[in-house]
Amino acid sequence: MTPVSAPRSTAWTARTINRRDTGYTGVPPWVFVLAGAGALFVLLPLAAMVAKVNWGQFVPLITSESSLTALGLSLRTSAASTLLCIALGVPLALVLARASFPGQRLLRAFVLLPLVLPPVVGGIALLYTFGRQGLLGRSLDFAGIQIAFSTTAVVLAQTFVALPFLVVSLEGALRTAGTKYEAVAATLGARPTTVLRRVSIPLVLPGLASGAVLSFARCLGEFGATLTFAGSLQGVTRTLPLEIYLQRETDADAAVALSLVLVAVAVAVVGLSYRRPRALAAEPAPTA
Amino acid sequence: MTFTLNAALHARNFDVSLSLGPAETVAVLGPNGAGKSTLLGIIAGLIRPDSGHAVLGDKTLFNLDAGNSHCLPPHTRGTALLAQEPLLFPHMNVLENVAFGPRAAGANRASALQTARHWLAEVEASEFADRRPGQLSGGQAQRVAVARALATDPELLLLDEPMAALDIHAAPMLRRLLKRVLASRRAIIITHDVLDALMLADRAIVVEGGRITEAGPTRGVLEKPRSKFAAGLAGMNLLPGIITGRGLTSDGGLDITAHPEDGAVPGQDGVAVFSPTAVSVFLSAEHGSPRNSFAVTVTDLEPHGDQIRVHAGGLSADITPAASADLGLTPGMTVYFVIKATAIAVYPA
Repeated sequence: MTPVSAPRSTAWTARTINRRDTGYTGVPPWVFVLAGAGALFVLLPLAAMVAKVNWGQFVPLITSESSLTALGLSLRTSAASTLLCIALGVPLALVLARASFPGQRLLRAFVLLPLVLPPVVGGIALLYTFGRQGLLGRSLDFAGIQIAFSTTAVVLAQTFVALPFLVVSLEGALRTAGTKYEAVAATLGARPTTVLRRVSIPLVLPGLASGAVLSFARCLGEFGATLTFAGSLQGVTRTLPLEIYLQRETDADAAVALSLVLVAVAVAVVGLSYRRPRALAAEPAPTA
Repeated sequence: MTFTLNAALHARNFDVSLSLGPAETVAVLGPNGAGKSTLLGIIAGLIRPDSGHAVLGDKTLFNLDAGNSHCLPPHTRGTALLAQEPLLFPHMNVLENVAFGPRAAGANRASALQTARHWLAEVEASEFADRRPGQLSGGQAQRVAVARALATDPELLLLDEPMAALDIHAAPMLRRLLKRVLASRRAIIITHDVLDALMLADRAIVVEGGRITEAGPTRGVLEKPRSKFAAGLAGMNLLPGIITGRGLTSDGGLDITAHPEDGAVPGQDGVAVFSPTAVSVFLSAEHGSPRNSFAVTVTDLEPHGDQIRVHAGGLSADITPAASADLGLTPGMTVYFVIKATAIAVYPA
C-alpha cells in the first residue's frame, strides 16, 4: 500500500510555507515601541487597581452576602443570555452568511448596531419595547407578564448588547469555511437540515465557541442597559457591575475587591475557552 | 433508464444537450472556463439553469421549459459529485465520512457503517477507517472520496477532474480504481488527460465556449479531431478551412496540398490535420511538389520527450535537439515548416 508519509497534495503546501518560521519577521523596531505603549495602556490601569486592593479585608469583602448574591446573579444571567444569543444568533449568522435577499446589508447593519450604541440607549429602547407602557409591554401586561425591572429584563438587556459579538464571529467563521463541504454533503443526499447539523455547525464550532465566549464576557460586564431597563434590586437585577458601582460610593475597598473578582472571572472565561481561531476548514497536519 | 439533458445558462453563455445510456461513461474535455464544471453543477443541482429539461431514469431533475419551473434540490437527485479536492469532512473519521451518504438516505447507524466498510474495502482503503482525513495523503483521501460517493449508490456519478490534484504516483492507482468501479456505472468525468478519456470513457465530448464542439467515441475524437482543442489533446496540428480540389485553403489563407478523404466535397468546411513529427524545419523555402512549405515565426521551443518541440505560427514541429542546434533556432526567427502532402489528412469538419 502507499506509505502513510506520502507527500500530500497541493492543498496544504502554501499554508505550511506561510506558517513555517523563516526567522524573518518584517516588523520594524518602532512598531514594537508603539505596541509596548499599547500593552501598557491596557495593563497599567489593571496594575493600579491591584495595587489599591486592601488584601487584609479582601476575603471578607468579596464573600459578603451582597457580593456573593451579585456574583451569582451575574453568572446565572450571563449564562442564560449566552444561550439566548446562541439560539437567536446562529440563525441570524446563517441567514447573513449564506442567504441573499433584499435588505440583507441593512439587516446586518441593524444587528450590529448595539456594538456602537451606548448601552444606556439600548436600555431605553428596551424599556419602550417591553416596559409597562411599551410596544409589547401592554400586551404582555394583559397576559400577566411583567418584564421590566425583573431578572428577565437583565437577561434581555445583556442579550441585546452581546448578540452582535456572536453574530459577527460566527458569520466570519461561516464565510471562511465556505460552502464547498455543504455542496458535497447535499450531493451525497443530505437534506438542508442534515447538512446544517452534521456539516455546517461542526465545521464552525470553533467560531461559534469563541463567539459565545465573547458574548458571555460582554454579558458579564453589562451595566448601562441593565441599569436603565432592569434597575438595581439586590438579588433580582443587581449584577456585579451594578454592585461595584454602588459600593464605589460608600466603600471603595469593596468596589476594588469586586472589580478584581470580575477581572479574574473574565480572564478565566476568555483564557480557558477563547483560543486563537484556527483556519476552520483546515485539516490538521498529518501525524505520520 | 437513460439520462437526457438540455440546459442553457445565459450568464455563462452555456448551452449544452447531452444524453447517456444506462452504463455509459462520457468524458468531457475542453479548455479552462469552457463550461465543463458548469455542466456538472447544473446536473448536480448546485447551479440553476435559465431554461432546459433533464431526466434521470424516471426522475425529472428539472424542467424549466415553456413556463415550467420544476427544479429538484441536489439531495434528491441521486447524482453524487466527486471534485478535484477530496473534500472529506474534516471533523469525521474516514468511516463516518463514507457512512455519511447512507445515513443521510435514512439508513440506521449499523447498516450505514456496514455499507461504508464495504465501499472502503472496494477502494482498498479499509485500513484508514479510523483515521482523520488530515492524516491521509492526497491519493488516499481521493480514494476515500470515491468510496463516499459510491456508497450513496448514485444513478449518475459526476467526476470533476478527480485526478488533477494528485501527485504523479497516486494518479495511476486511482485511475485503475475508477476504471473498475465505473465499468458498470453511468458517469460523466471531466478531464484534461487523454489517458483518462481513453481508459475510463466510452464516449468523449469536447466543450468549448459553453457549447459542445465535438462528440463521438473517444478513439474517434482523438484520431480524427475536428476542433483545435481535441487536436491539441491528441498532439496534432489542426488547420480549419475550406476544402478545395487539391487540399484545403485554411482560414489563415494557407494553401494546403493534400489528398482530401473520400466524401470531402470542395467548398465544404474542413480541417487539415498532421502530426508535429511530420513537419520538417528549414531556414529557407523548400520547393517541389507535393510538399507544403509555410513561412512561420518561432514563438517557443520546449523539450518534448527526446525531441524539441518548435511552436511557430500556431503550429508545432518535433525535431531532434541536434537539428535544432544546427538551425540555431531562437524565438522570433522566421523558418519554414515543410510537410509532405501524404502526411496531411483533410476531412470535413
